[in-house]
Parts: sequence; structure tokens; C-alpha cells
Amino acid sequence: MIDQSTTRPTIYFDHAATTPCDPRVVEAMLPHFTDVFGNPGSRNHSFGWAAERAIDTARRQVADLLGADRKEIIFTSGATESNNLAIKGAAAMYQKAPAGSPSRGHIISCIIEHKAVLDPCQRLEKEGFDATFLHPGADGVITADMVQSAMRDDTILVTLMWANNEIGVINEIPDIGALCHDRGVVFHTDATQWVGKMPVNVKTDNIDLLSLSGHKIYGPKGVGALYVRRRRPRVRLVALQEGGGQERGYRSGTLNVTGIVGLGKACELFMNEMDDERERLYGLRKKLEATITSRLDNVQINGHPDKRLPHLTNISFGFVEGESLMMATKEIAMSSGSACTSASLEPSYVLKGLGIGDDLAHSSLRMSLGRWTTPEEVDYAADAIVEAVVKLRALSPLYDMYKEGIDITKIEWAAH
Amino acid sequence: MAYGDKVIDHYEHPRNVGNFGTTQEVKKNPQIGVGLVGAPECGDVMQLQIRVDAETGLIDDARFKCFGCGSAIASSSLATEWLKGKTLDEGMAIKNTQIVEELSLPPVKIHCSVLAEDAIKSAIEDYKNKNGIQTTETKAASAH
Repeated sequence: MIDQSTTRPTIYFDHAATTPCDPRVVEAMLPHFTDVFGNPGSRNHSFGWAAERAIDTARRQVADLLGADRKEIIFTSGATESNNLAIKGAAAMYQKAPAGSPSRGHIISCIIEHKAVLDPCQRLEKEGFDATFLHPGADGVITADMVQSAMRDDTILVTLMWANNEIGVINEIPDIGALCHDRGVVFHTDATQWVGKMPVNVKTDNIDLLSLSGHKIYGPKGVGALYVRRRRPRVRLVALQEGGGQERGYRSGTLNVTGIVGLGKACELFMNEMDDERERLYGLRKKLEATITSRLDNVQINGHPDKRLPHLTNISFGFVEGESLMMATKEIAMSSGSACTSASLEPSYVLKGLGIGDDLAHSSLRMSLGRWTTPEEVDYAADAIVEAVVKLRALSPLYDMYKEGIDITKIEWAAH
Repeated sequence: MAYGDKVIDHYEHPRNVGNFGTTQEVKKNPQIGVGLVGAPECGDVMQLQIRVDAETGLIDDARFKCFGCGSAIASSSLATEWLKGKTLDEGMAIKNTQIVEELSLPPVKIHCSVLAEDAIKSAIEDYKNKNGIQTTETKAASAH
């Protein structure tokens, strides 16, 4: 991490990575560490009953935000676990042939999914399933038509994120869900970035399985949920984790009561506040983008211009490398598609998946605003980023070449 | 990435930023050697230019521009400082490990120092080619 020990205020523009807990969430959780500490599995004393009541309340709060029934909510440790359970659990349940044989069934996903979806799908490929990873267009959107043309007679599962974590682009989820239901294919969506920003109704949005995470929505880390549809169609899963049979047998293990209470409270807060918050964040994000794009040349906003989450923007700054840009603006916490921000030395596969060149992928910043982001912070950050880009372009040999009219794509670069 | 003080110092106050003219001007000038290494797709491009005093044979000035992370910028900035006043052979002798040590680069950033060494060698070779000077490495290679 870049050293943040600075006297200047630190601006947090990385809400797509994680959010702070809302103090109201923490307040709801606190009694469950000490006073109401029982195990909801203890059916024969009041400590257990009190904990169970807290879990019931949280389950209703999560279900209400999704338009689901409370019996359809499975608590997990987070969206990664929810995705694993949904994808591997549905594949095992609806497989066309038993383990050890080939042609066990076909799965459709997309190349710009989160690793917590890609890796389980690739695991299933090794275990006898076929997978098709759709390529989005340059706007990053996966459409129902793309899914339709990938469907096969043996397709058993479609798993597509509702909104992308790096670029915020929104897929045609209700239409894709309808298509899956017409063909009797199970439909899972990783809604980690969507929930809390945009409205969900799992029934009318035609979703069978939906993953969400607590810490992306002002709840605590280490807790998430999986929605599992119970009616029309009833969806079943093979459990991955076995033991005490909690969560209808789908997820054994003593419930994380404090975390679940926090997740429930976080969901409840959105019931009243989400629409206003969305409008406010949308306004701030548009302002941030407008300031930056009006003051700099060779800047592009990545992904579809309109089909995107309100709070998130991903911008490539030509001729400037992302990590050095973050170093120049170290009072602002952001993330970059630059390889230099990771150990892998590969730039963002999501941006590459949109056909964005490696050079612009290295030059990208993701900024995601949140509940406590102020207009002043947006103004400050926009100024700081513009200033840093100007400074770094003065250092950039590529910007000189661009100004001299040299096409840098025509230079024979020595691959390093 | 946790950076050492020296990287931050070079990054915030880069030494000898610039060039000795446009690409065409520099190409025509026999006093200047240019090294352009890395690739935009890899996230690092370094351009290092040296000016050599033909009478003394010393590198009397050096300039750089860099597209890359903080360590890449610092490595190239440091390279220009070290090159000034050196002979071509002394310049060729600069090793990436010295840059790593001076800037306390972490393992994941060692490639930045390798790139800086490449840029130095490439700039010196360019100068030698322009002026018909046989390179030491070629001599050494032909001796084997």
C-alpha cells in the first residue's frame, strides 16, 4: 500500500472494494457480541431463542430488500462463498452425468466475471462440465441475445454478474433470467455490486440464485447471503460444506450471528434510503467525470456510457501509468487496472476483455463513491487527478510522441 | 506498494527530466545517444538520452522521460544522475542491482531497475553506433 501517513485528509473512493460499517449497523450488532450471545442452534433455552429471533429478523430484512421470501435466504461468509455454493452446488444437482464422466452439462458465464465466479466455473470444467465464457462488446454489456446464442441442449446453468465490479456496467439480467426460465436452465447472478444501489425483485427479475456481500453495503466483512428460489421453479443445490445441517442443510456451521444481524440492518437501511442515495451518488459521479473529461485530452470512460452503476467510474488516462497516478494522488484511495498495483504484472483482465489495449488498461483508475462522499471531496479529487495527469504527462515519453504525431502503436517495442 | 524514501524523493522531484530536442533533431545529432526501452503494453517505457563531449569522452548531460510506476520513474531519474560525468565504459558498467540497492526496491519492482540498465546500455550503444565506435561487448564476444 502507498503510505497514507499524511496530514492531508484521506478521501475514500474505493467503495467497490469495501465500505465502512454504518454506525447504525454496528449499534445493532453490539449486543450480540455480549448479551445476546447464544447459539441459534440451541433450541432448548432462552439464549438460543433470542439469537434465533435475531437471525429471523435479519433473514426478513435481507429477503425484503430482494423481494424474496425469508426461507429463500441462506447466510454465508460472503459473496465468494455464495458464488461457490450457487455454481458448484447447482452444477452437482443438475448434472447430466455423474462425477468421473465427461459431458456432465454446459455452463454459460462471461470472461469479465469476478474471479469468485470464473474460478469455480473453471474448476467445474476440469471436473467434466463444459463452460462457455461469453465475450462482451466494447461497452462491456452481456445481452440476452448473446446468452441465447450460447445456449445448448445440455446447458444447465447460466451465471452472470448483475453489475461489473471494475467498470460498473450492468448486464441485461431480467431478460437473461426470462430466457433461462423458458429453457429450464438455472440462473445465478453475482449481485455483489448491484445490491444496495439498484432495486431488486428476484421474482420479476427472473433470478434463481443471487449472491450478495455484507461489506460492500455498509455491513460487516465475513458475512453474505445466497438467495435460493423456492417456487416456480424450486431450485436445489448440493451443499459444499457439511456438518450440523444449518441453513436448511445448504450451509453447515454455527451462524455468524453478529455478522448476520449487521447484514440485516444494512439491508433494512436501504429500504428507506436507497433511492435518495442513488440519485445523490449519480450526481457526484457525473460531476467527477465531467470535470476530468472537460479538462484533459486523451481520457476515456471505460464501459457503456449509461448502463452503469451510479457510484462507480473507470477512467483511462492516455500516456500515464495508473500506479504512478495513484502515487501522485495518494491522499485519495482508489484502485487501478495497472499491473503495477498487483503482484501478477498483468493489467486488468476486465478492461482487456472489453478490447481495451494493455496500454490504456495500465492507465486506468477506478473510483467508487459512497454514503459519506461529499461534493467537496469530489471537487478536490478531480483537481488533484487533473494536476497529477498533467505532471505525469510532462514526464511521459509517450505523450511527447503523441504530440509529435508519432503513432506509438507503430513503434516496434522490445517486449520486456 | 510500500515505497522507500529515495523512490518517493525521485518520484516527487525527478532529476533531469526532458530531452535534447524532438525525435528527429535528436536522431540527427551525433553528440546524443538515445535509449528507448520497455513497451506501453507492459506499463513501462523509459527514454534515456545522453550527451557526450567528444573531446573528453565523458557523458556531460543526461535526460529522461518515463511512462511507468513510481519505481520506474525513480530508477530512470537515478540513472541520469549516475551517468553524468562518467565515461561510456563506466556507464556500461552500471548494474541494475546497484539501482535496486540504492532505491531499496522490493522484489516485485526489480524489473524497473533492469529496464533502467537496459536504457543506459541502449543509449550508450546508440551513441557508439552513431559515431562508429566498436562496443566493448562485441570485442569481448569476438574474443571467445
